[in-house]
Amino acid sequence: MLAARLFRRALPVLRQARSYADAASGAPQMSFTFASPTQVFFREASVKQVDVPTLTGVFGILPAHVPTLQVLRPGVVTVFNDDGSSAKYFATLAAESLSLSEDRRQSLNILVSSGSVTVNADSSVQLLAEEAVPLDQLDVTAARANLEKAQSELVGTADEAVRAEVQISIEANEAIVKALE
Amino acid sequence: MFARTSALVFSPQCGQVRNMATLKDITIRLKSIKNIQKITKSMKMVAAAKYARAEKQLKPARVYGTGALALYEKADIKAPEDKVAKHLIVGVTSDRGLCGAIHSGVAKTIKNEIANLTGSGKEVMVINVGDKLRGLLHRTHGKHILLNCKEVGRKPPNFSDASVIATELLTSGYEFDQGSVIFNRFRSVISYKTDQKPLFSNDTVSSSENMGVYDDIDADVLRNYQEFALVNVIYLALKESSTSEQSARMTAMDSASKNASEMIDKLTLTFNRTRQAVITKELIEIISGAAAL
Repeated sequence: MLAARLFRRALPVLRQARSYADAASGAPQMSFTFASPTQVFFREASVKQVDVPTLTGVFGILPAHVPTLQVLRPGVVTVFNDDGSSAKYFATLAAESLSLSEDRRQSLNILVSSGSVTVNADSSVQLLAEEAVPLDQLDVTAARANLEKAQSELVGTADEAVRAEVQISIEANEAIVKALE
Repeated sequence: MFARTSALVFSPQCGQVRNMATLKDITIRLKSIKNIQKITKSMKMVAAAKYARAEKQLKPARVYGTGALALYEKADIKAPEDKVAKHLIVGVTSDRGLCGAIHSGVAKTIKNEIANLTGSGKEVMVINVGDKLRGLLHRTHGKHILLNCKEVGRKPPNFSDASVIATELLTSGYEFDQGSVIFNRFRSVISYKTDQKPLFSNDTVSSSENMGVYDDIDADVLRNYQEFALVNVIYLALKESSTSEQSARMTAMDSASKNASEMIDKLTLTFNRTRQAVITKELIEIISGAAAL
């Protein structure tokens, strides 16, 4: 790496060729695909790092990460681009009382996760979320109001399915409020 | 002898014997074909609008769906040939007709698959998404049908529809080893192709050799992941199928309108000829009547 930089300074004419060679011999680039059923955020893009909230905890994925499959938990996904900037998204279930989702999903007993992430051996990462929004599109006061409503609903009802729905809603809203603060 | 006398008595009119159509008959036909042309034109407009929206929604859905299938492709997961005994086929069409060969294409592929699989001794069950497919399959392959889904095609499909289908499938109690989703993949406005995407069961995936590469997977995570992937594949199939259906309906209604306008032109000519013939006949009668005086 150091030698390459010195070379670049010494032979500026060859800079173009040098940087191509660097890219090839460096770590395998991560081909990152991040999508929801209605929107594509990243499509086979090359990024530096992605932080993903899963059912077993939050972990960061860099290029040449060991292959794995994970299931997402409602939470904040952070994408660090090659140029150093980062973008945050909130990934969750569509049944959430987010101010942006329209349909209420009927079936809840199977999908508690809000999506899945796959890291393959060739360093490609597919992050699929049921619903994902950029964090700046969420309103913290609306999230707080939803959280309070959900908490009061939880106290009020005893039906198992409704309780499960409300629990998920509480989790998601808590995560939103925490992320936006 | 007998035959000849009966021929004289009955004198059946074999072959094309057409009486001269009266003006009234032609007028009635012309009016009805013009109405039909109006209807097919408006159906084409509606289908074009729905197609434009469906195609726009298909772009992210495709990225999403291919992302979901990426694991199976990259890890090269294949069902073991000998062990597979229970198959599942999900056929995706819709409830409405007048869209060309959309439904019959899927039904034909499913019938071929069923014939192949039962021929090699495997058990097959079919899930019909869309009433048209049920109509095509239930008479001949009724005992293979597991589930029927109705009310498909009126509104554009969304993720919750796919999850409802997946839920019903998983709670139906049919433990399949391998399956496929058969749908019409959208290629362009004028072309689509019947395509298949594979579905794998939990056992197949966890016992596949390449899965060892994937680190830190327990059964629960894998089960959740599989269920989510199932919904994603069904979602992709629904989206592609609805886009193909709208484009096929558009072209079908377009050619129906063209045929109708051809018929209208021909009938208009016949109408004018008949009208002139009637006028000529009247003139002749008047003139010959006047000449007789």
